[in-house]
Amino acid sequence: MFWPLLALALLLLFDYLFTPGFFRLELRGGNLYGSRIDVLNQGARVMLVSLGMTLVIATGGVDLSVGTVMALAGTVAARLLVVDGYGFIAAVSGALGIALLAGAWNGVLVAYFNIQPIIATLILMVAGRGVAQLVSDGQIINFNDASMVFLGNGHFFRLPFTLTIVLFVFVGMWALTRQTAVGLFIEAVGDNPVASRYAGVNARLVTFLAYLLTGLCSGLAGLVASSNIKSADANHIGLYLELDAILAVVVGGTALTGGRFYLVNSLVGALLIQTLTTTMYARNISADIAPMPKALVIIAVCLLQSEKARRYLNQRFTRHQSAALPAITPSRAQP
Amino acid sequence: MKKLDPKYIPLFATAIVMLALYAGGCLAYPNFGSLRVFINLLGDNAFIGVAAMGATFVIISGGIDLSVGSAIAFTSILIAQLLGHHWPPAGAFALTLLIGLAYGTVQGALIHLFALPAFLVTLGGMFFLRGLSFVLSPESLAIKHPFYLQTVRTMAIPITQRPFVTFPLTAQCFVVVTIIAAIIAGYTRFGRNIYAIGSSESSAILMGVPVGQTKIGIYALAGFFSALSGCVATFYMQSGNPASFVGLELDAIASVAIGGTLLTGGVGFVPGTAMGVIILGLIQTLITFQGNLNSWWTRIAAGVLLLLFITLQKVVGSKRH
Repeated sequence: MFWPLLALALLLLFDYLFTPGFFRLELRGGNLYGSRIDVLNQGARVMLVSLGMTLVIATGGVDLSVGTVMALAGTVAARLLVVDGYGFIAAVSGALGIALLAGAWNGVLVAYFNIQPIIATLILMVAGRGVAQLVSDGQIINFNDASMVFLGNGHFFRLPFTLTIVLFVFVGMWALTRQTAVGLFIEAVGDNPVASRYAGVNARLVTFLAYLLTGLCSGLAGLVASSNIKSADANHIGLYLELDAILAVVVGGTALTGGRFYLVNSLVGALLIQTLTTTMYARNISADIAPMPKALVIIAVCLLQSEKARRYLNQRFTRHQSAALPAITPSRAQP
Repeated sequence: MKKLDPKYIPLFATAIVMLALYAGGCLAYPNFGSLRVFINLLGDNAFIGVAAMGATFVIISGGIDLSVGSAIAFTSILIAQLLGHHWPPAGAFALTLLIGLAYGTVQGALIHLFALPAFLVTLGGMFFLRGLSFVLSPESLAIKHPFYLQTVRTMAIPITQRPFVTFPLTAQCFVVVTIIAAIIAGYTRFGRNIYAIGSSESSAILMGVPVGQTKIGIYALAGFFSALSGCVATFYMQSGNPASFVGLELDAIASVAIGGTLLTGGVGFVPGTAMGVIILGLIQTLITFQGNLNSWWTRIAAGVLLLLFITLQKVVGSKRH
């Protein structure tokens, strides 16, 4: 919890000093606007996806298809609204239905067919965008439905409505994993699937559930993302978002090898990533180039967390110390 | 008759699927069986073939490389920029291949020395190279160098005069790289070591296989093949484009898996990968011949085929034990 918050504070300090206008807050029509509010609003989708991703990574897997599931949900909602003329409720249910289906598909492949998570979700990551293209017939669908637009642009208590969605999902997720045994089961499966099975945990079901929930979270994020720009573009919704989500979870201290997970830390991680993204945009770095520095950050964070890298650093540190103080520190036999 | 080793079953399935697709195409469309269509099939998919050879080694060793598509896009735009700045083609190719080798080595070193998961490092590589391509040029660049406008065409080997059919440079690269990859996999110590690591890394260490060198070597080789694939792609596209080849890693991985290589490592065949590439190419050609199908079906078909072959491998694998 400490490190991601420190990084966030440092990044905000940098923005305070060097990015003009980043800390300006305005009250327009009774609602707050400004770069920091943008971070919260745009960050909502990263937060939503990383909540789901935290569970998947905790089981020792990974979901590369989150961005594609966002695109699927966004295009299905827009198609139902505009092309097929359904109402808001039907569109949202259809979108979340397809997102749950996508999550279930991943879950079945990983948990019941024993396909490696990377391969299983890669199939959906690439092929799913093809399906989204078929749904939208290769077109960008624009919509104007008031309720749908409210999802990504509305305000609630002067703050973006998206934050309310994040809050609801977070509370739901927290209640499910920390108030019931589900969280413990997920950590058990991630730590050692065989041992957890012998202990009576239904490892397959738990893994399946993690992918299912991630599908749902990605679906919500997709609705928010398409609502935000009032259109659904199968090619661009959620593009590169899998990187942001994995980065947020890893920065939040949940190890890629599975085991213990931290939902709140992932949220802080997501805010950190979004602040980084917004800072880059504010400094005129294009959205296409932005993944490059992020890729470096994720590798660096993983290096810091890797035991081997820590051991190298420790060895260096202790060697320096013992060289400086040979008489005081008696040399100990290395195990 | 000797009983068939179960490890060859996926390979036979691949060959049957390939022949069935080809025969089906010939029956459905009158011109499908012509020599020209087949040669185009090889030439148009050559760059996928070259990249898939690198992916074959990585997957046999039990790893994965997700950076293939971005690496090809990066290479293509780098070559376009270098030629635009009046570099000689040979120099541009040499520099690109060196960069490919270097970036592959870095990926391999991160994976081996720091025990980071291969998917994470190569996912990082995928986004890094994609971003870097856009730094080189935010837009697609046409290549107008005389080497591309003339030499590439004159290097095609004529096969028949009437109708005039030639074997293009891209297809030549595909064939040569396949042969080289097959020699590396089957007849060198490095190749044997890859299989050993893929079967069981801890056993390989105990046997005295230089695991570290080999693993870094595998990713270096994959980086080199990706860069080479980018060069071949520019012959075919006559341009460089930073936004192109998104999702190509799935095509490469699918070709490898369809070709009978186990995604869990240890078992794999270079000629199988070549057949996998041809199968994906056949599907694409069939979709083109069909005419009114969306080109997005190609990607969906690749995903479905990959899934089918993984399932086949599971079934065959579970019978063996």
